[in-house]
Amino acid sequence: MGWNVLGALSLPCMFPWPVCGGDGCFLPHPSFPQQPRGSSFPSPRRALQARGCRVPSGGLRQVAGAIACSSRETDMGEVRKGWQRLTPPSRPGAGQDVGRSCILVSIGGKNVMLDCGMHMGFNDDRRFPDFSYITRNGRLTDFLDCVIISHFHLDHCGALPYFSEMVGYDGPIYMTHPTQAICPILLEDYRKIAVDKKGEANFFTSQMIKDCMKKVVAVHLHQTVQVDDELEIKAYYAGHVLGAAMFQIKVGSESVVYTGDYNMTPDRHLGAAWIDKCRPNLLITESTYATTIRDSKRCRERDFLKKVHEAVERGGKVLIPVFALGRAQELCILLETFWERMNLKAPIYFSTGLTEKANHYYKLFITWTNQKIRKTFVQRNMFEFKHIKAFDRAFADNPGPMVVFATPGMLHAGQSLQIFRKWAGNEKNMVIMPGYCVQGTVGHKILSGQRKLEMEGRQVLEVKMQVEYMSFSAHADAKGIMQLVGQAEPENVLLVHGEAKKMEFLKQKIEQEFRVNCYMPANGETVTLPTSPSIPVGISLGLLKREMAQGLLPDAKKPRLLHGTLIMKDSNFRLVSSEQALKELGLAEHQLRFTCRVHLHDPRKEQETALRVYSHLKSVLKDHCVQHLPDGSVTVESILIQAAAHSEDPGTKVLLVSWTYQDEELGSYLTSLLKKGLPQGAT
Amino acid sequence: MAAHLKKRVYEEFTKVVQENDPSVRLKIASLLGLLSKTAGFSPDCIMDDAINILQNEKSHQVLAQLLDTLLAIGTKLPENQAIQNRLVDVACKHLTDTSHGVRNKCLQLLGNLGSLEKSVTKDGEGLAVRDVQKIIGDYFSDQDPRVRTAAIKAMLQLHERGLKLHQTIYNQACKLLSDDYEQVRSAAVQLIWVVSQLYPESIVPIPSSNEEIRLVDDAFGKICHMVSDGSWVVRVQAAKLLGSMEQVSSHFLEQTLDKKLMSDLRRKRTAHERAKELYSSGEFSSGRKWGDDAPKEEIDTGAVNLIESGACGAFVHGLEDEMYEVRIAAVEALCMLAQSSPSFAEKCLDFLVDMFNDEIEEVRLQSIHTMRKISNNITLREDQLDTVLAVLEDSSRDIREALHELLCCTNVSTKEGIHLALVELLKNLTKYPTDRDSIWKCLKFLGSRHPTLVLPLVPELLSTHPFFDTAEPDMDDPAYIAVLVLIFNAAKTCPTMPALFSDHTFRHYAYLRDSLSHLVPALRLPGRKLVSSTLSANITPHEDPSHQFLQQSLERVYSLQHLDPQGAQELLELTIRDLQRLGELQSELAGVADFSATYLRCQLLLIKALQEKLWNVAAPLYLKQSDLASAAAKQIMEETYKMEFMYSGVENKQVVIIHHMRLQAKALQLIVTARTTRGVDPLFGMCEKFLQEVDFFQRCFIADLPHLQDSFVDKLLDLMPRLMTSKPVEVVKIVQTMLRQSTFLHLPLPEQIHKASATIIEPAGESDNPLRFTSGLVVALDVDATLEHVQDPQNTVKVQVLYPDGQAQMIHPKPADFRNPGPGRHRLITQVYLSHTAWTEPCQVEVRLLLAYNSNSRLPKSPWVEGGEVSPQVETSVIEGTIPFSKSVKVYIMPKPARR
Repeated sequence: MGWNVLGALSLPCMFPWPVCGGDGCFLPHPSFPQQPRGSSFPSPRRALQARGCRVPSGGLRQVAGAIACSSRETDMGEVRKGWQRLTPPSRPGAGQDVGRSCILVSIGGKNVMLDCGMHMGFNDDRRFPDFSYITRNGRLTDFLDCVIISHFHLDHCGALPYFSEMVGYDGPIYMTHPTQAICPILLEDYRKIAVDKKGEANFFTSQMIKDCMKKVVAVHLHQTVQVDDELEIKAYYAGHVLGAAMFQIKVGSESVVYTGDYNMTPDRHLGAAWIDKCRPNLLITESTYATTIRDSKRCRERDFLKKVHEAVERGGKVLIPVFALGRAQELCILLETFWERMNLKAPIYFSTGLTEKANHYYKLFITWTNQKIRKTFVQRNMFEFKHIKAFDRAFADNPGPMVVFATPGMLHAGQSLQIFRKWAGNEKNMVIMPGYCVQGTVGHKILSGQRKLEMEGRQVLEVKMQVEYMSFSAHADAKGIMQLVGQAEPENVLLVHGEAKKMEFLKQKIEQEFRVNCYMPANGETVTLPTSPSIPVGISLGLLKREMAQGLLPDAKKPRLLHGTLIMKDSNFRLVSSEQALKELGLAEHQLRFTCRVHLHDPRKEQETALRVYSHLKSVLKDHCVQHLPDGSVTVESILIQAAAHSEDPGTKVLLVSWTYQDEELGSYLTSLLKKGLPQGAT
Repeated sequence: MAAHLKKRVYEEFTKVVQENDPSVRLKIASLLGLLSKTAGFSPDCIMDDAINILQNEKSHQVLAQLLDTLLAIGTKLPENQAIQNRLVDVACKHLTDTSHGVRNKCLQLLGNLGSLEKSVTKDGEGLAVRDVQKIIGDYFSDQDPRVRTAAIKAMLQLHERGLKLHQTIYNQACKLLSDDYEQVRSAAVQLIWVVSQLYPESIVPIPSSNEEIRLVDDAFGKICHMVSDGSWVVRVQAAKLLGSMEQVSSHFLEQTLDKKLMSDLRRKRTAHERAKELYSSGEFSSGRKWGDDAPKEEIDTGAVNLIESGACGAFVHGLEDEMYEVRIAAVEALCMLAQSSPSFAEKCLDFLVDMFNDEIEEVRLQSIHTMRKISNNITLREDQLDTVLAVLEDSSRDIREALHELLCCTNVSTKEGIHLALVELLKNLTKYPTDRDSIWKCLKFLGSRHPTLVLPLVPELLSTHPFFDTAEPDMDDPAYIAVLVLIFNAAKTCPTMPALFSDHTFRHYAYLRDSLSHLVPALRLPGRKLVSSTLSANITPHEDPSHQFLQQSLERVYSLQHLDPQGAQELLELTIRDLQRLGELQSELAGVADFSATYLRCQLLLIKALQEKLWNVAAPLYLKQSDLASAAAKQIMEETYKMEFMYSGVENKQVVIIHHMRLQAKALQLIVTARTTRGVDPLFGMCEKFLQEVDFFQRCFIADLPHLQDSFVDKLLDLMPRLMTSKPVEVVKIVQTMLRQSTFLHLPLPEQIHKASATIIEPAGESDNPLRFTSGLVVALDVDATLEHVQDPQNTVKVQVLYPDGQAQMIHPKPADFRNPGPGRHRLITQVYLSHTAWTEPCQVEVRLLLAYNSNSRLPKSPWVEGGEVSPQVETSVIEGTIPFSKSVKVYIMPKPARR
């Protein structure tokens, strides 16, 4: 008989992840399995399941799950709206309401940690995820098979040195080449601010950053990396920032795709995210702009350029406060090409330091940029800025128009604030804020229309310069998210990185449009997903050929019936012919015969009845071999039909039908046929 | 190859068909295919064999190749229905093959040969003609993507062959849009487009609702959806096809530009809408405040459709695509759709204007051109104009000039708009003085299109004052000329305007009217009489007196043979002079006049050469005088080449006459050389060559020979058999008599004829600073030239550099260096590399443009190259000679010796 698999599958099990709530307490999830890796599935059939095998009965039912713990991301200088349950820090001056990204996935018995972000809003223990949540006793390395970092923003990689060096993790860490190059710069910069400027103790050191980076394995785009025998990962281009990638994690036939942060519309320096139709079981996607559909980027760019151009033409100075990486490079390219095109002569400056180093890497990783830059870099690398020069403090007082990019992006301290103070008094000048500003910063004040600012030392600064706001953001909007879901065709979607209320809308849309399940776990919540993986079954060639010979060519759309015996042995499945199965198992073959009596009202003699039966069957079963044997019995293939007189009623004949188990189908058909009686006219 | 030889070759092939090695069989099969493609070989004889081999063949590759051969045979015999049907049967039989290659070929065969018409059923075959579409359609769901693609392609092939596809295919094709493979999706998009063009008005249901829409709208929505496909190849394909779907409802069309913005579930207006609102409210400051774009109304969450919205925002996505190929395709599609729908044109304007800021120049250029093409449907708002004008500062010359062209045909709505445009153009002029001509031309059109808008601006522009006299502006200032061009052109249709002019304006008008007559129109000024007659506009060219004059003078010339030689010469000289003058006066007749004058000059030269008294003198004495005749022959040759290749619009009947004239020149040459050379041996070759030329002439123009009654060649051909057998001396003698007796052929004038001309704009040749470079290395010289009426400039126009030492160098510009700004006009912008050994002091090199020609290209294809083995590229690239057609420009250069 053919077999059909019923029952459930087993698959990923995801671990809950601790997340700080608004009050800053940590809530270990009660259901978190506290066993070391390798024993997380107590079932003896674990190995089988790890390969994605599914057992055809309902007995082995296992759960799979994905956990997501997420908080909002930092994406330096971009719009941040925290999780609903994450109250923004109210400490003045700290200024950044940021989240962190950290997700644990258990798939086919493998545990993978996606991103290892930090929260920039806290200065105490809360800034890092609570890794003791994974294991209270035992080493992290035993529990995690690998760590994957999607891109270099600190809310995605900030906790990495702490995690690997201070908590202790020695397993592999995967990231792309640009991320590997830029990530330590950012970590070092962050460390300097935390330790050198704020004087914090118990923080990771430079050496720790270096040691941590030694554990990193860099991957190329679309390169399939075998983490171990069963687990493989693959990176896809994600846009967003240089080196950002989406990762596909695959164990057996099961897979999860984690998008990290991505952008579906290309910008001046990066391309759009792209994924093939990999049909993962689960797609974990960010949903920053779950309820927003954005306007064309061209309007924004045009507005920006027009404003800068006008200000420069009337001899004013333009200040653009930015964060060192990401948008800054995009705006630089935008202005650089515009200057080139329009033949403008006014100087553009860029504050030195971090940015210079970063630009160096942008120059190197040309393959990660957009079409235009990739195509033209042979003539000229777009990041070799012709018009943009390093800024010196003395330049701020130079006469004549100029454009200056200065850090930080919210005008709360540093160089950008200094320049702002110098230039604020002149109405010819202009400041353009390319991103969102947190409440309490100078940036926020001027954006909300304040014209008189109180500075330190009770000075009052009158702002006469023009204040402009331009939003440049590199996240996919609702349409973009839907587009990616459409491209990847996942079985389930899991939303992270967004506000619950907005995610609700997107969730509803995804379920409606794609008819797939969509989840949006809260921080610390575990999601368990059942999957139905396909189970490979080995079939002997002899059997296959024999069965093939019986029918037409296989048709992909129609299921075919196949006779064989399924042997489950040593966690593999084989389909063999029954003879071979008997031989292998050392069993003797038993004949199973069904016999059935059919009463037939027929006053004639037995021989005549048999003859009538013969001619009737002959006419009905044209495809089969129907024979009338000399002894008066009738055979159809191997089925024997004998007619005998009824012992009590001579008017009734008894037909004895006998068939073997193998001919069950034909036998039962024949019986039902005979039960209907013989046609009257047949003689 | 003769047919019998081919047959023989084929027989040899069949002997080795039993070869064991499949690769050998494969090669034979492919050779059979090639063989059957050649002309003169009737492939039906090998078809049976091929089909037989097919039945016994086991190797899939060989099978596929054999099917390919059958395809070649089938396409060779399109009329033979029986063979076609048989081949289709063979293809159907092999469709079940397990190899994708074989199935591919079968489908290809079906697509190329399958027919739909049931009526052609041959009862002898005993087979019902199969429904080819059904069979091909079944393979849309094949397991191999290559076969699926081949099936769709076959279907498209059927369509191309004129068979009407069934509407049922539409649903099948729609399913393929979500195929995993890009080539399948790409082909499916094409198929959907085809079906939508066949059945635009059919009604299809919308799944999951009871509504129904037109098929073309549904298809449009689906193709729009493909604009955000994962593969850029598909995106390009989809964006391109969108442009040609003109039957789509405007309701759907306009959705493609609307992305339905929202922010936090509240409806947001696009920047475009905001700009429009600002404009209509009269307020000018733009969103300086943060949160200016704050979203307003709440959106009903149920009503928002994020992905299935079909057409929604397709162009918005296409225009901001990562790949510029997609963006260009989207711009082109926008252009086509906007040309057919004015309301859509109005709406897409904002998006096109945005494309002016694209990062790739090609895209910017394309969008400017697009805008120009739809400009009669649109009027630019002031804020849009602002953005458009900002591009005038672009450093690329192409962009600026395209923009000037655009402004020439743009409608501006307000007088502020005109003022703005003028200000920006003047800014452009100061920044890039080389744009002068283009800007003046642009202002000319701007003025004549908007006279009423210019009128209120006049006092300000001329800075006149009601009470005070203002200083007279500098007449040589290009900016002032630009303003005047604008005003004078506006004044043409606005009679009240001259009243606002001050005295010096009138004087400047008179000056400009003379010096820049192509830019300044004739005005009806008080106290002056109108220069040009208004009558002339009404009469057709044939009644035009100057045209009549041309006709008359030519007719006079053609009565030539009745005059004495002296009189003929005088008449010719007179007419040539007349024609030249006429060409100078009437630019539209310049081509004809020049062309005729050149022909007459040839005739004159011929007559003069034949009139030489010294023909009768004995050869040795003649030597000194021969210069004149041989020089004449040479010049006639040159002139005929000019006539043949330098004029566009020359037809075959003129070409015959020109070639005839050339033949006469060659005859003259022959005679002259025969008389001047001693000995007979060199004459043999020359005579043979001449006779070949005659033969060649006959072959080329056999159809035109009847028109050449009594002409030189006509007589010559009569005597051809005799000439072939005669000795050279006799031949020369005969030819000489012929030439002297030959009559003057009438040159019919073509409808439209223009002389090719070129002007080198850059280098201007005025610089006193030599270009210095190290000897042995190269220096790049930018060359910018406009070409008029040049046919196929990519192949014919060359740049020549003449060094002072007489060394000449010919440079072939790349095809991409030629732009085509308008009909009949080309622009060559290229770089020429100069190099030379060291000089002691700077010197001038000459740069000029050449027109390369090859008279053999007129030859009918020789029969032995029928297979097309010689690619046309090779043939045309052979340069027989060149004609300089531009003034040469001198460039001062100085190669310095290299420092060691």
